[in-house]
Amino acid sequence: MGVVTTPPAIGTKLSVDHVHVVFKRDGKTISVLEDINLEVRSGEFICIVGPSGCGKSTLLNTMAGFLAPTSGSVNIDGEAVRGPDPRRILVFQERGVFPWLTVEENIGFGLFRLPRAERDQRIARYVELVRLQGFEKAYPSDLSGGMRQRVQVARALAVNPDVLFLDEPFGALDSITRLLMRGELLRIWEAERNTVIFVTHDIDEAVQLADRVVVMSSRPARIDRVTTIDIPHPRNISSPRYLELRDAIYEQIGLAYTL
Amino acid sequence: MNSLAEPKKWERFFWPVLATAALFALWHFAVVWTATKVFPSPLDVEKGIAQLLRKNILWMDIADSLRRVAFGFGAAAFLGIPIGLMLGWYPAANRVVNPAIQLVRPISPIAWIPVSIIFFGIGDKAAIFLIFLSAFFPILVACVHGVVTVPSIFRRAGMNFGLTPFQILQKVVFPAVVPEIIMGLRIALGIAWLVVVAAEMIAVDSGLGYLVIDSRNSGKRYDLVVAAMLMIGAIGLALDLVFRRLGKLKSVRWGFRDAS
Repeated sequence: MGVVTTPPAIGTKLSVDHVHVVFKRDGKTISVLEDINLEVRSGEFICIVGPSGCGKSTLLNTMAGFLAPTSGSVNIDGEAVRGPDPRRILVFQERGVFPWLTVEENIGFGLFRLPRAERDQRIARYVELVRLQGFEKAYPSDLSGGMRQRVQVARALAVNPDVLFLDEPFGALDSITRLLMRGELLRIWEAERNTVIFVTHDIDEAVQLADRVVVMSSRPARIDRVTTIDIPHPRNISSPRYLELRDAIYEQIGLAYTL
Repeated sequence: MNSLAEPKKWERFFWPVLATAALFALWHFAVVWTATKVFPSPLDVEKGIAQLLRKNILWMDIADSLRRVAFGFGAAAFLGIPIGLMLGWYPAANRVVNPAIQLVRPISPIAWIPVSIIFFGIGDKAAIFLIFLSAFFPILVACVHGVVTVPSIFRRAGMNFGLTPFQILQKVVFPAVVPEIIMGLRIALGIAWLVVVAAEMIAVDSGLGYLVIDSRNSGKRYDLVVAAMLMIGAIGLALDLVFRRLGKLKSVRWGFRDAS
């Protein structure tokens, strides 16, 4: 079908245009994503929230090029995404680091085209950025879950990607580590200024991190609404504005905010 | 002793040694009490080993058995690993040959003895062929299974960083499968060591298997029979320890979290 590609608006990094994804399973067709449209500006931090199994990961995989949309298109810098690319790296929820490589070997994994000296320099820089000095020679099995996720983020950032996709990266961590990791991610993002698309099912996490929060509905997933979080970092997470924005999203998803 | 408590260092050696000593004691007294004339006591066996060592027979037989295992097992690893990796990497090819493999695999190497003698005659080659057969399938199956079960997350990460399919095989799939390959080799070596003894009883006239059968046939020397059996056990244990060591290497240890 003929997809009309409109030239990207100024500052648009990534655009999702009328994306549909349909899975065929046991002869049945399941519509997972229905007419998704989204524009992300360069350097923007976007969180995508929605109930479990709603298709947020499918959307992320489509944007990252691991899954071709059934119809519609994903464009980055005005160019259609046709597959995974080192310019945009996907960080997985857990077990994404290679257990047979040390911390520094993991971080240097994507740098195999660089000369050795430059590679070592970059590795050292990102070890420092994610605060894993002293653990360069450690294997992932010797690290905590939070440290493993730092390795994964460092491995992704080391190749200097324009876009970072994160698929519930802190979902398997305990709540204290999760909170610390959010702070770390913001600190890193402020230093690196990549465009970040972050999938989570945690509404608080989304409102703490994002410039804009994209709320998705249950299957077939549509974008219900996009909320701009107009609170500067560092965010006071008990300020009235924060609570107002957060509660509006809870309501949107259909959760009365009482237990 | 509480099973949850970490055993002390001396305990880790003391109790197994005690258990082994108890076994030998039981054997010794069983021979004494039953007053058997046929079955040797541990002391008879020890004298038998000493006699074999003096005549240099034991070293020759050990060397012959190890040589056969080295060739048969080596060939099995040399062919089994690459073929296994290929079949795991190309599922379509695996679907074509897998039924044939599954048909041949359960045939005991012992059942191949007559066929191998037709192929290779009586001699080393027949024995080596049997060992090869016994070791090839466990290695092949471990490699195929290993590649098929590499978490897709690793391959996707490899793709994301711009690796070519060959680089993914080399830098992602192969290292991910190494623990399973080591496990397959360890199982295969154990089986090869079982099979060499059987093969040597029939196809050749040297080696530890031959020593067992020859000691019995030429004068019912059961002290030498049991001496050879103990050597077979000791060497089998030593070979297994080598592979257990490999599993402790840092870059593969992650794959052996709850194995010994």
